Parts: sequence; C-alpha cells; structure tokens
Amino acid sequence: MAEILVLAEHSGEKVKKVTCELLTLARGFGEPAAVWLGPGAEAGRERLAEFGAVKVYVADGDDLDDYVVAPKAEVLAALVAAHSPAAVLVAATPEGKEIAGRLAVKTGSGVITDAVGLAAGEDGTGLLAEQSIFGGAIVVQSRVRTGTPIVAVRPNSAAAEPAPGPAELEQVAVEVSDAAKAAHITERVVQERGERPELTEAAIVVSGGRGVGGAENFALIEKLADSVGAAVGASRAATDAGWYPHQFQVGQTGKTVSPQLYLAVGISGAIQHRAGMQTSKTIMVINKDPEAPIFELADFGVVGDLFTVVPQLTEEIEKRAGS
Amino acid sequence: MNIVVCVKQVPDTWAERTLRPDDSRLDRASVDGVINELDEYAIEEGLRLAEAHGGEVTILSMGPDKASESIRKALSMGADKAVHLIDDGLAGSDALATSLAIAQVLGRTGFDLVILGSESTDARMGVLAAMLAERLGVPQLSQASKVEVDGTAIRINRQAEYGYDTVEAVLPAVVSVVEKINEPRYPSFKGIMAAKKKPVETLSLADAGIDPGQVGLGSAATEVVSFAKRPPRQAGTVVKDEGDGGVKAAEFLAAQKFI
Repeated sequence: MAEILVLAEHSGEKVKKVTCELLTLARGFGEPAAVWLGPGAEAGRERLAEFGAVKVYVADGDDLDDYVVAPKAEVLAALVAAHSPAAVLVAATPEGKEIAGRLAVKTGSGVITDAVGLAAGEDGTGLLAEQSIFGGAIVVQSRVRTGTPIVAVRPNSAAAEPAPGPAELEQVAVEVSDAAKAAHITERVVQERGERPELTEAAIVVSGGRGVGGAENFALIEKLADSVGAAVGASRAATDAGWYPHQFQVGQTGKTVSPQLYLAVGISGAIQHRAGMQTSKTIMVINKDPEAPIFELADFGVVGDLFTVVPQLTEEIEKRAGS
Repeated sequence: MNIVVCVKQVPDTWAERTLRPDDSRLDRASVDGVINELDEYAIEEGLRLAEAHGGEVTILSMGPDKASESIRKALSMGADKAVHLIDDGLAGSDALATSLAIAQVLGRTGFDLVILGSESTDARMGVLAAMLAERLGVPQLSQASKVEVDGTAIRINRQAEYGYDTVEAVLPAVVSVVEKINEPRYPSFKGIMAAKKKPVETLSLADAGIDPGQVGLGSAATEVVSFAKRPPRQAGTVVKDEGDGGVKAAEFLAAQKFI
C-alpha cells in the first residue's frame, strides 16, 4: 500500500487531536506515515503509534520553527520527492493551508482545502474530498488530478479511532534553504485564555454574540464553556464591538469550526456567522428572539433570556457532573 | 514604495451562491459582485503605508469584465492605478494557476510590497499569499494584524491561535492581512470622481506572457466531481423558556451524551 503523509500538529510533545483524526482517515487509503517537524518526536511517537502511524519521519532543528511556513513546506516537498506518497494530509488551520499551498507550488500538485470528509474514488486510486461551500449551502466532491493530492482537512471531520501501528522513527536530514529563511519569527506572544481547548480543534464550542451585550458578560459564556470543556468563540458583532478578542471570531472572515456540539448564545445567525459553523454536528441555540435565523439550524433551541438560561444551564451541568 | 494590492471580485455573501450545472463553476453572472471583504483591509493598509512612507498603490485584479467594478471602487478609495488581467482563457483557473498568473503579472509590474486579504469569501482557501511568496521567492508575511515598515525592513504581527508571532523580513515581500488590522475607509465623492480618470491597464494572457496551457479550467490540477445542495437540517426542538430553559437544555445535552 502506498504511503499517506500526515503532517503532525503538535504543541511541544503533545500530539493534537486533529492528527489522530487524520491518521484514522489515512488508514482508509494507505499506510499512514506521520511527519514530525521540530523537537519532541520521541515522546509524541506513542500517540502516533496508537492511531496507526506506520512510520514517523522526523525533521528536527530550530530552523523549522523560526521562520514562517516555508521550511515546513521544504521538508514535506523533500519527503514527497523521496517517497512518492499517494497523498499528503494536513490540518486545515490557517498555517496548515499555507503549508499546503507552498507544497502544491513546489510539487506542481493540486491542493484541496477545508475537506470535511475523504472517500476512495471509484477507480480505487484517487481520493475524493468532500467540501462544504458557500456558508454550508452546497456539498462538493472534488479530486486532485495533477501531481500528489494535497488535502487540508478540517479538524473534527472524522472520529479518531485507535488502531496500533509500529510508528518507526526515521530521521530526515534537512538543510533548510536560505530562501525559506526570509520571514524570521522573532517573538511568540502567547495571550493566555485559560486552559481551554483550541477553537478550531475543540469538540465543543460555546459562542457568544450581540445578545451578550458587553465584554464583562462574556464571563457567562466562559463559565458555560468551562463546565463542558469547550472552547469559546464569538460572533463578528461581538469581536467588532471589542467584547472578545478577534482571533476567537467564528465566521466567514474569522475561524471556521466544525465541532461535535456548537452552542450559539445570543447570536442571530447571519450568513456571515453561519459560514463559520454550519458543519457542526449538533447545534444548540439560546436566543430571546424566536425569529432569529440561527434557530433554523438548531437541533435544540431555547427561546429565552440568556442571562437566566445560561447560568441555569451551567449550574445544571455542574450539578450533573458532581452527582 | 511600489505597493501592489491584489483584489478579487466575489459574489455578494448575502446573495444565494450556486455552482453551474454544466461545468461546476461558480455562477458569477447571476449575483452581484463585490470586492472581497478582506481585500478592502488590504487596500486600506496599502494606502496607509503609501501615505506614511510615500509611494504608489497599484490595484491588481484577475477576473472577467465585471471585475472592473471592484477595480473602480478600489481606485475610488485612493489607489493610484490598476492592472486588470482579463482573458477568457483564465476562466476556471484553480489556485495553482491563479497564483501562476498573478505572479507573472507581479514580475512584470515589479513591487516592493504585495498586499492581499488572507482569504476570499467565495473559495475561502487562504493559500494565495503563500503560493505567491513561494513563486516569487520573497518573504511570506501572512495573517498580519499589524504591519510596520522602516526603510527596507518590515515587521508584522502574524495572528495565531495562541496570540501572535512577531515576524521580520526585508522588502520586497508578500503580506496578507486579517480584518483586525484596520478599518477600511469609504470612498469619498471626490475619490469616486477622481477614480474615473485613473489609469487601468488591461492585460491579456499574451500581453502578460502567460502560457495559456497552464491556466484555465482545462489545466486545473483539481476538479469538482459532483455537487449538491446540502439537504436542509432536520427541524430541531425549540422550547420557550418558562423558567426551566436551562434545565431543558441540560437534559438535551445529557440525552445526546455531551454531559
């Protein structure tokens, strides 16, 4: 079986959930080989093995993390040239998509972004990628017909299922070119938002909108999120008003999320917002306006004042967790 | 400073957007076109940098006849001139071909700084800045929420999930911007009148020296196999809060095994 390269997303030694999902998807089409860039592979290996990685290509070195995207694309391009994989899968994060774009140019390959599903093509060789476009209104099946298929897959597109693999570490010698060192990262500024999961990766997202009414009231949203281990998002109305930081905006010009559960609180559901959350598996809505378009998406909706419903919901969840 | 801002005309997000049944391409004829929203932030940033450091802002757009509306709007915001890459042979180009064509034109116009929105509201791929940087062999300064230029040195804040990275490079460079970066200006009446007289150079594939065999639907490296309207979500349960809305919501979450 041909190899499928899966670019591992990791924070230090910790493998991110989306990588386990991609390894699970890759097993359906070939032998998953993880690509680990930067330090920590020895410790991260176990998790990759658990989800079926046959190999782990490791490229270590400070060079990889100190420059924007280009060195990572170079390593992947070298691996594609050396191993002729059947496909390359990356997580559809902003950076993942940029790596995919550069790799596509380097290898003359087609690139598909924001896939929410992968299936084998009819001839048994190609990969069919499912995308959800125009704010989720249309479902598209696409494939790459030139070069090595490069597909950026959205987090939460598949459930990660364990299936042990050997995950043999193989060091890859990398000489990052000077050209790839043109954009130098001189500082990383971490703005702590507690211990919450990352927005695009989270299994549950709780978002607040205009109805929340002010920055101080986002504490309600955060408390509800923390009661279910969720990430916090915000509608554009809320981020534009300065109530919540911009990087947490869910919507067409912000983040696209596809969690198991999306809780929309005080959000009316303009197309701008729906484009960022419509592929969520289950959607719950709390809004005082029964005419709000977001109710069209709701699996469960409560028409009511969020300032009474949300605290009650949080309390009920905590009570159930404690019992 | 020679600043080129890439502008894409996209269908209005508020309109119903569809794919054409015969070739699976976006039906651009049936909807109003607008400037891609994030590109307005790119134009604004280009204008601010030119105002602060001197220089000229050129709008570069690839698209059919209709794209000239968006070019005029960009000029009315204050850009100096425009280049419109227009050729039937470009129709159906994928990201790989689009980046090739735009890089080719940029090679022709020259640039100190190329600025674009971090993604378009129609395709939403978010790959063009990276592809252009790769093709042009210049620094990729993407996802910028702040841009500072000092001589030939450039520094940006690159937005990340955890906060941001500070990134430094030397011009020429490609920058893509996120909406946090600024507040785009509205065209003034004076600006609108002035825009009518600003030069717009139209280029065909031949003019730009682009090989027609490398662009367009026929040479696309990706293809749409099939598409369908998403089936409407099954109507859910909506309850009115009678003092127990939160409890009922918790019961739903418990039944769905989320808690």
